[in-house]
Amino acid sequence: MPGGPLFEFDRVTVTGSSGVRLSNIELAVPSSGVTALVGPSGSGKSTLLRLCNRLELPTSGTISYRGQPMNDIDPLSLRRQVGMVFQKPVLFAGTVRDNLAEADGVLDDDAYRAVLKRVALGEGFLERPADELSGGEAQRACLARALVASPTALLMDEPTSSLDGAAAHRLEGLAQQLAGEGIPVVWVSHDLDQVTRIADHVVVVIGGAIAYTGTAATAGGSSDPRVLEFLAGENDAG
Amino acid sequence: MPGDVDAVGLIASLILIVVALVLSRWNRLGLESSIFTAVLRATVQLLGIGVVLAFIIDEERSLVLSWLWVVAMAVFAARVLSRRAPEIPGLARIGLVAFGATLAVSLAVMFGLGIFPLEARALVPLAGMMVGNSMNASVVTARRVVEELRDKRDEVEARLALGHPSRRAALPYMRAALRTALIPQIETTRAVGLVFLPGAMTGLILAGVDPFDAVLVQAAIMFLILGSVATTTTLIAYGSVGKLFTPDHRLIRLPRPAGG
Repeated sequence: MPGGPLFEFDRVTVTGSSGVRLSNIELAVPSSGVTALVGPSGSGKSTLLRLCNRLELPTSGTISYRGQPMNDIDPLSLRRQVGMVFQKPVLFAGTVRDNLAEADGVLDDDAYRAVLKRVALGEGFLERPADELSGGEAQRACLARALVASPTALLMDEPTSSLDGAAAHRLEGLAQQLAGEGIPVVWVSHDLDQVTRIADHVVVVIGGAIAYTGTAATAGGSSDPRVLEFLAGENDAG
Repeated sequence: MPGDVDAVGLIASLILIVVALVLSRWNRLGLESSIFTAVLRATVQLLGIGVVLAFIIDEERSLVLSWLWVVAMAVFAARVLSRRAPEIPGLARIGLVAFGATLAVSLAVMFGLGIFPLEARALVPLAGMMVGNSMNASVVTARRVVEELRDKRDEVEARLALGHPSRRAALPYMRAALRTALIPQIETTRAVGLVFLPGAMTGLILAGVDPFDAVLVQAAIMFLILGSVATTTTLIAYGSVGKLFTPDHRLIRLPRPAGG
């Protein structure tokens, strides 16, 4: 893999109170483009994503970020390098500026405006109360907040699940644009059409295990019946 | 003495409990048995504590007994606190440190500056009021910290994902918890004398003490309690937050109580 993997999972298992959530994961996430983690609800794809910025820890096994074991990286430094956008837009009380300042309070308004422009929000949004934004605007403001910290990779956990079609397409375009600018994106989805639209690499997660890695176009050639069943849309509870 | 209540007086005052029982039945609250057991328990506890206090604050006895009593109060309060917020690991120890530190500072001010004479008659009730009020506010603080962090887990994790250390990520929610715990005490202090006459002052006046002297004692006690409550709740809030995150800045699981 050119430049080495972004994240490398070596025999990673996560066990929770409800049982095994991820089992013996061996995975190398490419360090460029958009990688989609796709699978049915409850398959473990969000857990896999949360391991990437240490919001969760593996029960066993090791994870590396750009070749460095995560245990050797200060978690706060790792989280500033690996930004995250959550499923539901989570904005803090106050204005959009207050939210951006939470990521980096030293930057001036010009820098904040430049970041807002990157996510297609006009400068007028800086003064807008966060709780007055639409779902799509709020999610883009969350993306802007993540970008203020100048991350070198971005995690997006089903970021369009609460958005309408137009807002979802806009966010997909932004993710592709960021990947084109050199910020690899790991995007969790259960929407196959979306994955086909945006992903350069696809990882299918089923039942807490990796069932397929490759591209969306070649996934149909998988010999794993679980993958074929999922691709046929029979295995997805939404 | 004007404040003397004999057994007949005590029994007569139970008429008011009968009123409460009748109102509970009339409103179909189903609280009759709770009221009855609460009154019975309070009477037995107060009679028991009266006997123990009479023994301890006897001027012939050593002050060591009073200090032991104060330590026992702090231990009991810490246990109550940990039972009320079982989600916080090691809360009993945090409570013990908080109550101990607050007692040490407050009693040093009260007795070191000569505001009250250091004798069992002053030590035991003052420490009791301090620990009692601090315990109530601490329970509110600990519960609110747990509930804020549990209910706003999304926000907390969004802050952690920005690279905030756990204490910074928890700060807005810790502040909300402290406000909830402290505002009633501040309001009580603000309204004292206007809306109600507090217990210590009422007791002193009923016992025949000059009202102005009673006011001075009450003012000192109010300040003692407000200072103690503020100190204890702050220590509890910081200590609780420290236990609800892992050393690598992850919020621990805070499951909702069954039926909640």
